[in-house]
Amino acid sequence: MAAASDLTRTEVGLFERLRNNRNFLGLLFMLPAGVLLLVFLTYPLFLGVWLGLTDVKVGRPGRFIGLENYFWLFEDSVFWLSVFNTFLYTVVASIIKFVLGLWLAMILNNHIPFKAFIRAIVLMPFIVPTVLSALAFWWIYDSQDSVISWILIEMGLIDTTIDFLGQPNSARASVIAANIWRGIPFVAITLLAGLQTIPPSLHEAATIDGATDWQRFRHITFPLLTPIIAVVMTFSVLFTFTDFQLIWVMTRGGPINATHLMATLSYQRAIVGGSLGEGAAIATAMIPFLLSAILFSYFGLQRRKWQQGGRDD
Amino acid sequence: MADVEICDVRKSFGATEVLHGVSISIPDESFTVLVGPSGCGKSTLLRMIAGLEEITSGDIVIDDEIVNRVPPKQRDIAMVFQNYALYPHMKVFDNMAFSLKLAKIDQAAIDKAVHEAAAILNLEDYLDRYPRQLSGGQRQRVAMGRAIVRKPRVFLFDEPLSNLDAKLRVQMRTEIRELHQRLKSTSIYVTHDQIEAMTMADQIVVMRDGYIEQTGAPLDLYDYPNNVFVAGFIGSPAMNFIAGEVRHSDGRAEVVAGDGTVLGEVEANGAAAGRPVLYGMRPEHFVLAGENEGLPMDISVVEPTGAEILVVGRLGGCEVQIAFKERHDLRYGQRIHLKPRPGMAHLFDQETGEVLR
Ligand SMILES: Nc1ncnc2c1ncn2[C@@H]1O[C@H](COP(=O)(O)OP(=O)(O)O)[C@@H](O)[C@H]1O
Ligand SMILES: [Mg+2]
Repeated sequence: MAAASDLTRTEVGLFERLRNNRNFLGLLFMLPAGVLLLVFLTYPLFLGVWLGLTDVKVGRPGRFIGLENYFWLFEDSVFWLSVFNTFLYTVVASIIKFVLGLWLAMILNNHIPFKAFIRAIVLMPFIVPTVLSALAFWWIYDSQDSVISWILIEMGLIDTTIDFLGQPNSARASVIAANIWRGIPFVAITLLAGLQTIPPSLHEAATIDGATDWQRFRHITFPLLTPIIAVVMTFSVLFTFTDFQLIWVMTRGGPINATHLMATLSYQRAIVGGSLGEGAAIATAMIPFLLSAILFSYFGLQRRKWQQGGRDD
Repeated sequence: MADVEICDVRKSFGATEVLHGVSISIPDESFTVLVGPSGCGKSTLLRMIAGLEEITSGDIVIDDEIVNRVPPKQRDIAMVFQNYALYPHMKVFDNMAFSLKLAKIDQAAIDKAVHEAAAILNLEDYLDRYPRQLSGGQRQRVAMGRAIVRKPRVFLFDEPLSNLDAKLRVQMRTEIRELHQRLKSTSIYVTHDQIEAMTMADQIVVMRDGYIEQTGAPLDLYDYPNNVFVAGFIGSPAMNFIAGEVRHSDGRAEVVAGDGTVLGEVEANGAAAGRPVLYGMRPEHFVLAGENEGLPMDISVVEPTGAEILVVGRLGGCEVQIAFKERHDLRYGQRIHLKPRPGMAHLFDQETGEVLR
């Protein structure tokens, strides 16, 4: 009797253990997602890094050449120019997107007439496909038929059309402006969501405590918004740093490489020029920057001590 | 230290008027409680005094100055919110010091004021914590601390205790009262809980649907309610109302319930014969009578609370509650006889709800 029951218990036990083991089940359920990640994210990433270590060209298998591509890039002034451009583009565009986005969000958070309508308009740049908006900007910035030039001439402010994309610095300013236009909705709408999580009674309490509008922003709104600002700006920086479409459609990196970002340069060298290895190396060179941005936000983003549910007492 | 005068104040949100001409006189150093059911406009009125809502018409006067157009920060008032509205990103100290910092008071004075307030409220050990690390009662105290460090002319409280558990509520009630006796600042306190109103107020203002039903000292409201609403709202358990009519016989007036039970004699100057009335009698104003004297009632529920026994049954065709301080041995289904205490009956006009005196 005793032996029999022992026997069954062992059998059931083995089966049940697997069925009820949370770790095993967790692993099981994670597997599909894990495989997808591996195939579609990790594999291309490692392939890219690997290609950067070879001299593969389109139509010709390459061989391993170590860090030679990187040595080349190190000597390459166009590469360094693209690094400079990328940083300029990212820093300037992100700061302006942040300031304008926050300002817009605060306006939208007030009781204003036609709120829903205005919100819809703010979201517009986000919905328009990038290529389409890039084409629109291309036209807006046209050296002959630019609306901006036309308006300024009509107003009597300038005599000749501005060659927006023809001069290095104006081209840089122009693509940055286009990127800002495109990026603001994301920043504004997300910050608006953040603003709406701040209970109105805090503002009322601060008002009664004697805070002016600016002091309320400075001491209540801004500090309470910092967690969401960190998230939004991390994403914004990542998107801007890796931007490709806008530039490629509008300038192809020109004039004289003045608007080449690392992403566009990589594409040009790899796909247009056929030097896959070199292009991959440029792309790989972006990784440390992106990684540091992510790490920065990871540590910067950690729950504030005062936040609900934080563990870091 | 200030008196507050509210003169025929109205408030509309869009087309809906929620306060229909409210006038209250709040003497200096008094503790005035606005009480009424949810949605009657108490918070709205308080927020108008604070300057958080615009005044549609009428005047609010603090210390002989009409403050209708004075921004909140210049009114020198402090407010304790129902959800406390503590700044989550500031430690307790900074929460309490915030208004003083904005007023550019020097650090030594701020330290002194905050520590003084913290000592009064038993918060000294918590100055270094964030609000989320505090219990409900402690948060409540911080909210009060934030108000008292400024030594404002007027304190406003908007249901400050309604998020606390019952026991803490009773305790904080006393603490707020003590605080008021110590600081003597004019206080206006909003609650929907009539017990809070009764226990804390110097003056109670009973509100309903944007009107003031009655203003007076707690016991005056209890003893002399002006209408059925106040009579039913003040006092717990609530006053019993039995529908009936007044009959005159031999120069005496009696109230007869709908089912013919003669409830008792009343002084009925205004109560014309045959007039439909509500006979109001508080649960604690019945006494147990002998079998042949009183009004018969069959007990349907007995609820002993320890301090008293609550008995529910039907009397004169209406359900009534009776509270006995004495420990009678009463059971479900038992028939008892009751006598109303003489002179304790309230008569109300059934149609208007106004008291008949
Ligand atoms: N901002 C507002 N907009 C429209 N109606 C409001 C607003 N605030 C309050 N009310 C209405 O005014 C009435 C009184 O509200 P309130 O003063 O909050 O009541 P109480 O504090 O007595 O519960 C309610 O009917 C409420 O719906
Ligand atoms: Mg309220």
